[in-house]
Amino acid sequence: MNNIADTIMIFLVLTNFTLLGLSRLGTCIRVVAIQGTVLGLLPLLFNINNIELHLIFFSIAIISLKGFVFPWLLRRTLRDLNTNREIEPFVGYGTSIALGIVILMICLWLSSRLLLPVATESNLIVPVAFFTIMSGLFLIVSRKKAVTQVLGYLVMENGIYTFGVALVEKQPVFVELGILLDVFVAVFVMGITMFHINREFDHIDTDQLSKLKV
Amino acid sequence: MPLFLLGLFIIFVGGLGSLISSRKAVLASFIGAMGTVVGSIIAIIPTFQVLLHGKTETLRLNWSIPSGSFFIQIDAISAFFLIPILALSAIVSIYGSEYLLAYRQQKNLGVPWFFYNLLLIGMSLVVVARNGVLFLIAWEIMSLSSFFLVTFEYEKPAVRQAGLIYLIAMHIGTAFLIVFFILLGHHAGSLDFDKISGVPSSLANILFLLAIVGFGTKAGFMPLHVWLPYAHPAAPSHVSAVMSCVMIKTGIYGLVRALTILGMPPAWWCWLLILIGATAGILGVLFALAQHDLKRLLAYHSVENIGIITIGLGVGLLGINMNSPVLAVLGFTGGLFHVINHAAFKGLLFLGAGAVLHSCKTGHIDSLGGIIKRMQWTAFTFLIGSIAICGLPPLNGFVSEFLIYLGVYKNNIGGGFEAMIFVLIVIGSLSLIGGLALACFAKAFCITFLGLPRSECAQHAHEVGFGMKFSMVTLAFLCVLLGIFSPLVIKSAENVILEISPFQLQDIQGELEAASTILWNIVLVSLILFVMIIGFSVLRKMLLRDRIIKETVTWDCGYAKPDSRMQYTATSFAQPLTNLFKLFLPTREDVSLSKGIFPSKSAFHSDTSDIGEKYIYKPVYRLINLFVSKLRWLQHGRLQIYVLYIALTLLILLIWKLM
Amino acid sequence: MLILKLLNMIIALAAAPFLLGIINRTKAKFAGRTGQPLLQLYYDIWKLLRKGAVYSKTTSWIFRTGPVIGLSVVLIGSMIIPFGGLPTIISFNGDLILFAYLLGLSRFFTVLMAMDTGSSFEGMGASREVTFSALSEPALLIGLAAVAKYTGYISLSQMFSSLNLSIWLNTGPVFVLVGFAILIVFLTENSRIPIDDPNTHLELTMIHEVMILDHSGPDLGMILYSSAVKMWLLGSILIGIIMPIHSGNLLLDVPVTILFMILLAVIVGIIESSMARLKLLHVPQLLVGATILSILALVLILR
Repeated sequence: MNNIADTIMIFLVLTNFTLLGLSRLGTCIRVVAIQGTVLGLLPLLFNINNIELHLIFFSIAIISLKGFVFPWLLRRTLRDLNTNREIEPFVGYGTSIALGIVILMICLWLSSRLLLPVATESNLIVPVAFFTIMSGLFLIVSRKKAVTQVLGYLVMENGIYTFGVALVEKQPVFVELGILLDVFVAVFVMGITMFHINREFDHIDTDQLSKLKV
Repeated sequence: MPLFLLGLFIIFVGGLGSLISSRKAVLASFIGAMGTVVGSIIAIIPTFQVLLHGKTETLRLNWSIPSGSFFIQIDAISAFFLIPILALSAIVSIYGSEYLLAYRQQKNLGVPWFFYNLLLIGMSLVVVARNGVLFLIAWEIMSLSSFFLVTFEYEKPAVRQAGLIYLIAMHIGTAFLIVFFILLGHHAGSLDFDKISGVPSSLANILFLLAIVGFGTKAGFMPLHVWLPYAHPAAPSHVSAVMSCVMIKTGIYGLVRALTILGMPPAWWCWLLILIGATAGILGVLFALAQHDLKRLLAYHSVENIGIITIGLGVGLLGINMNSPVLAVLGFTGGLFHVINHAAFKGLLFLGAGAVLHSCKTGHIDSLGGIIKRMQWTAFTFLIGSIAICGLPPLNGFVSEFLIYLGVYKNNIGGGFEAMIFVLIVIGSLSLIGGLALACFAKAFCITFLGLPRSECAQHAHEVGFGMKFSMVTLAFLCVLLGIFSPLVIKSAENVILEISPFQLQDIQGELEAASTILWNIVLVSLILFVMIIGFSVLRKMLLRDRIIKETVTWDCGYAKPDSRMQYTATSFAQPLTNLFKLFLPTREDVSLSKGIFPSKSAFHSDTSDIGEKYIYKPVYRLINLFVSKLRWLQHGRLQIYVLYIALTLLILLIWKLM
Repeated sequence: MLILKLLNMIIALAAAPFLLGIINRTKAKFAGRTGQPLLQLYYDIWKLLRKGAVYSKTTSWIFRTGPVIGLSVVLIGSMIIPFGGLPTIISFNGDLILFAYLLGLSRFFTVLMAMDTGSSFEGMGASREVTFSALSEPALLIGLAAVAKYTGYISLSQMFSSLNLSIWLNTGPVFVLVGFAILIVFLTENSRIPIDDPNTHLELTMIHEVMILDHSGPDLGMILYSSAVKMWLLGSILIGIIMPIHSGNLLLDVPVTILFMILLAVIVGIIESSMARLKLLHVPQLLVGATILSILALVLILR
């Protein structure tokens, strides 16, 4: 049993569940930041025996982006928006957690069916990465506020990243950088959009966007 | 076998005699019930012999119906299901003979007795039939006679609606069964069960799905359960007891029988059964929590218990699939033993609900209360039934759930995420069902029997007569005895499991022996518990002997005039849970609060609809209706036109065939 | 051997009320008070047993039988749950399931006797009790299943004795998860903060205390004593899982286990002093969280 990998994976699952059950946006951002920081340490911990320079750079880049820059951007947006709570999500918090358990089960089952060409550090990585992607998607689908949706994107990206670290052992950097760039743009665009939505409509409930249709 | 047929014949004669003598209500009831009791006792003797000695009895007569033959056989599986059918129907008929007398002024009592006895014959034939056609005929006898029993109070619109829903649901199920048998007969060239073998796996998969839908409609799998909450409350209570306890089990029987025919189960059958069981179990008890009507609540609990039985069967089947005798034996034993246990405690609960209905004229929980003081026997037996159905030790309901748990805790099907999901689904759903059932029966028992009466009729409740009490007490004893003698009772399942599974007899016996050793420990604990309860009660009495004992009002926080309407209601009791699971319990609430300085009357009404009905059946029927209404131009209401249709169809078919 | 088995039972029955004394003392120290004597609960029970009783006119025999059943259940529990490596009077495969369901039986009767009074306060408490226990049941049984799968034993005595320190160090995360899950179950079943506040003075906010509001005299004594023993038993399960130190020498093991029990009581006291009770609507989330911890432990073991 690889204790470090397992512990991180368990931690990842628990943070995902926390996000599913939290209503305060500020705390949500903090949880995502912690999740990002821990994930940034992942490449170092997996290669604890031969730490190379580029790995360290890579880790620092990830941690600073996921753990500090994104949360800072989001928190700033939040401050401008005068809102700190997700009010009346489409799916309630208790139900979200319960559905989270179901999703976790499905991910575990899927990963038992999925044959990978390479061996991973721990056989929890694949299902947990799946689960992280799925809970990110779930957050995007089930919440109304644009901030939570951005958080959902970040969580989803964390999942993809975990996959990348586990599978692309040698050169995760290129895969990762591509994804990071996408997300960065996403956060950026969302930030601008949110700002404009807020200015036009006095709130950031995305379900109100359907009014534009008429 | 002759003894068995003689028993059925006596039951039939009883029904017929009751129909003939229907002018005199008391006589009709007596003949009907006597026919059932005597006939069942005679018929049950050969059944016990089969179950204990493991040999089968066969009778085969030729029949002029195409591909049909009068081929009946009592083997261990039949016997295992026949015993509860016969025993429960006999016990319940004594109750019914008194219960139905309340209707002697308005109704002809010969008719319900005739159909009751016919229902019993139908059920018995279903489990012994070994020919597809005979099976379907028996199945229809069972469905139709129970339909007439459900519509006993046909003057009420709700009852008529319930009857109609029941009839339609049953025939949708039967339609699937007809396809099932046609495909099976097509493969084997005969509809006699013993001629069928070596079903290819592609066909077996289709047949399995057909069986799930066809038999599942009878058994009440989610979401095929919609008829249960309508039919059970509509029928007279003793009939609901028979329907809920043994008639829906013929669905389980059919499934078990189909499994013996279809050969080695692939893994997904087991998973499907476990998932069906888990959903039926959890959703059944959740819906039950939201009900306000005692019999409707019990009807949903039948869905829950069918869920537990199905989980047991699924676990057993997985044991066969994984070649693990431990899992197979414990799963099947748990599931099958729960069939018997459910018959005992659910029968008891339906009879108790019937007694409340009989005495208070209402089954609405929120207008009852405090009747434990006036209906002591009913309350006590209902309490026994509640403890048993919640699966609490020391009664029988615990034992069957314990066996399933034991199988899952003990199994060695190896690791991997699949094994983990299996363990999780079974343990998680069983424990959640257990906790929710406890909540539900705490609600049902407390609001109905405890506290202060909430209405006029509950204030004037009275204990029921001897016949009804006798049946309830007998069933309560059965619950206790089945719990205490469970180590012996489960051994009777060895021949049944031998028929279902490919394992050797000594393997099965070995596993059952091990299980029964464990169960003796539980029996020991139960006995210690009984002794302790008696001991401490005596101690408590002695402590209080010379002391001052005062009687006063319940602590009311200093409020001046507490009355019965301030008590907690069933709705409020269940509210935290129904609110928690509101995703599955769409509840409509009508609140009218008073406004202004001087409060006037205000009202609150809540109504929880069934998600199966709301999201599956209603949209589907709307679609069907949309389609069918396009064909309305065919309808003219003139007889001549209809005859023309028939003639044309005949002609076209002839031309097509002879071309 | 028999003496040791009886000793297992006697320790639980004799020392149980002491645990509450420690919790109260810890809370008092945190609040800067001297606090009640450590043996206060013993005095209370003794006092109550010598008193007469007051009954509500609404109640029936259920109200009078409930305390007796609760007491019998915990007594049987003390025969099943092993403490500090001592042998138990009753031990068989699957005894952990029996124990969980026996607790269900006593809970059923507690709810029944609360509802027997017809008071809405007690109805409220009963309703909360069944809600929370329905959610804590899966956490307990899945958590125990995780340990059972890990050790390969399904009787509590064998399960606990096969755990040892080296296993703990190898598979730490599993036991941390199970430990937290069972700690939450422990707090729920014993009506402690953050689920229920045993010291609140408003009927509306209580769960367990409000259900026994109308009991008095020996009945109340029995109830108080049974809850104390129940706490001891659940504590023994928790300690048995998270403290797998077995020297094989009972003279050493038993005192160490007692020490850990005291530590557990202190921790409960600290939790109670440093936390407020959760909003009732959030308690289900905590309990589902406990279930998730149990599930993750199971995932780690069976994979």
